[in-house]
Amino acid sequence: MSRPSRLVWSLALLPLLAGCAAPTLYTWGHYEDLIYTSYDKPGSVPPELQAEKLEQDYQKARAANKRMCPGFHAQLGYAYFQLGKMDQARQEFETEEADFPESAVLMDRMLAKLKKT
Amino acid sequence: MNPRFFPRWAGCAILGFALAGCGTVKPYDYTNYREHPPRSILVLPPLNNSTDVKGSYSYLSTVTYPIAERGYYVFPVAVIDQFLKENGMPTAGEMHQVPLNKVAEIIGADAVMYITLEQYGSKYQVINSATTVRVRAKLVDTKTGILLWQGTGEAQQNSGGSGNIIGDLVVAALTQAINSGTDAAHDTCRLANVGLFCTKDQGLLYGPYSPKYGTDANPK
Repeated sequence: MSRPSRLVWSLALLPLLAGCAAPTLYTWGHYEDLIYTSYDKPGSVPPELQAEKLEQDYQKARAANKRMCPGFHAQLGYAYFQLGKMDQARQEFETEEADFPESAVLMDRMLAKLKKT
Repeated sequence: MNPRFFPRWAGCAILGFALAGCGTVKPYDYTNYREHPPRSILVLPPLNNSTDVKGSYSYLSTVTYPIAERGYYVFPVAVIDQFLKENGMPTAGEMHQVPLNKVAEIIGADAVMYITLEQYGSKYQVINSATTVRVRAKLVDTKTGILLWQGTGEAQQNSGGSGNIIGDLVVAALTQAINSGTDAAHDTCRLANVGLFCTKDQGLLYGPYSPKYGTDANPK
């Protein structure tokens, strides 16, 4: 029973794989990968590298006129905050808030924190 | 192997397809969910009942994608984790105890997703190994404390072949694509999430950023 059914499944999956063209809502870049790596191997992706990777993702997406995923600019802003680049941090938190007004309470809190430091 | 060979959303399509044929499961009762539809979801680092200490954060780094692509604003999981740690909550257990009114006031989330990782990792069997991820999730409204939704997701990926050449080739291609770069259990999380969040009549309703928002079948 198990072998034929596995074959049927595999064949059933083929057309779906062939039709992998449905659009996603967002561009994800390295967002989740960087989060994973930073927890899996602490210290392996310092804020400099995070900011660099995420900036590259953003430039690419912007050139293609695509929208970044929720949290992306907040994460990038946090990386700049850790680097002491407060102007860039502020800009990213403001972008997150402009893209997703749902983030306003948290982003305003982050922006207030920037002013104190 | 290019990880983009098997885009994450394809999992949703495949599972939706797979489940379309089985009408035996009772649809989830979405009454509370529809009465308090959230726009934004705070996903806290999961409680970890598995034997692998790395499971919690490995899972956390896969959870934004399916919920955001479903149409919700998902707060930045790592920034939130850091923020809560700096505010005297070093563990997921403590984070799960934060009163809902505080979550609404300090973070502004409409709802909180509480996740428990029940299983995460590999078991080695006679000729192959099975990597299993099992999670439970609860979505709670921060204003009322009402449970909006709950569900479970499980995925298993096997290594080793079935002896069926065509089947093995396709499965091997999928496995290779999914396994590229990271540990098997991490990638299995993504499959578990598909079952948990994307299953028709059991998963999350489409959120406001989805073009399908409001198109979910109405309750009987």
